[in-house]
Amino acid sequence: MTSATLTRVEMAQRVAADIPTGAFVNLGIGIPTTVSNFLTAEQEVTRHTENGMLGMGPEAIGDEIDPDLINAGKIPVTELPGCSYFHHADSFAMMRGGHLDIAVLGAFQVSEKGDLANWHTGAPDAIPAVGGAMDLAVGAKDVFVMMELATKQGDSKLVASLTYPATGLQCVTRIYTEVAIFQIDPNVGVTVTEMFGPTTMARLIELTGLALIDGTK
Amino acid sequence: MPSKIFDSVDESLADVFDGATVMIGGFGLAGQPQELIDGLIRRGSTDLTIVNNNAGNGEVGLALLIKSGFVKKIICSFPRQSDSYIFDEAYRAGKIELEVVPQGNLAERIRAAGAGIGGFFTPTGYGTLLAEGKETRTIDGNNYVLESPIHADFSLIKAYHADPLGNLVYRKTARNFGPIMATAAKTTIVQVSGVVGVGELDPEAVITPGIFVNRIVEVAS
Repeated sequence: MTSATLTRVEMAQRVAADIPTGAFVNLGIGIPTTVSNFLTAEQEVTRHTENGMLGMGPEAIGDEIDPDLINAGKIPVTELPGCSYFHHADSFAMMRGGHLDIAVLGAFQVSEKGDLANWHTGAPDAIPAVGGAMDLAVGAKDVFVMMELATKQGDSKLVASLTYPATGLQCVTRIYTEVAIFQIDPNVGVTVTEMFGPTTMARLIELTGLALIDGTK
Repeated sequence: MPSKIFDSVDESLADVFDGATVMIGGFGLAGQPQELIDGLIRRGSTDLTIVNNNAGNGEVGLALLIKSGFVKKIICSFPRQSDSYIFDEAYRAGKIELEVVPQGNLAERIRAAGAGIGGFFTPTGYGTLLAEGKETRTIDGNNYVLESPIHADFSLIKAYHADPLGNLVYRKTARNFGPIMATAAKTTIVQVSGVVGVGELDPEAVITPGIFVNRIVEVAS
């Protein structure tokens, strides 16, 4: 146990440290993208961007900016040696076909079975936009979610069943939050593997209302 | 074989008709065939169904086409962006229909059309709002949704170089939807920044073989 809950930067560091050597990963738009700041050269992780590139490098700056070379968030990026380009059908075949090891995504909610909600709030006036979220959810071998455990109103985002529209079913394998890391196996349940700061199992069970398994001992 | 090179954008688009389904390449602005879209606006065909990953950015290209009122329906994966206000306004005013498709399903539906596939079962979207009303099937214990091909009357795409036979090479992530859209339309129109002679493209490097390309327009890059 560490002395304080994790900051977003520390969450990104934790996710980066848990990505296995040689993995092919897709880091979602937003906070998940920051994981790349903490991947080391020794990890030899290859980054995939769904708009058609493997071996994506850091964000482009100054003269490096090329409008023909962007990531899924439409930010200019750079090439790394050994990178490759491909069209969209091949790019999504890489996910759907089970070739991509890990997708790191944000979430509105995750259910105890690993169902993911991250594309649509369900608000009647919201314009629906899904992008590659549903493909990533079902395509990657492992889906890691980064999120704060509770909403601003104090409700748990790890829930018995989703109240937001689903992105994919039984797809999330691990959740990184500021207070704890959770491992999900639909056949076993939700296991707390690590806690941060003053967090206790009793507090997590109270917040989520779930029969969490203590895997920290 | 007659040359596929057209002298002007407007000539290449002269037979686009009212009610046509038009695929437009690009992911955001990368690979968006700006000059062809400007030509489509000048052409003025109405009631178009547009297939694109997005629904326009700022007030150029696809956004301007929507603003001009020529688009009846858009099929895309991600309409809502920080600078998609033209689409957002048209949608909220009920002036444009929207079909949201997960990006990989969009790509595969386009690919299927070009490859003569009548439909396919995909895991993407199973159990979600976007699969409601669609046929599902469990195959080897996994759940799938039946998706149908998307055919187009015209595809407007951007490549880097072409030869007069229509062989194409692309540049970096501007490739995105170009190669699959080229296969899925009755007429594929390509804007390139350079035309090279027959035999000057490395055959091993050609991404889109000329059989999929009908018209080529060179535009200054």
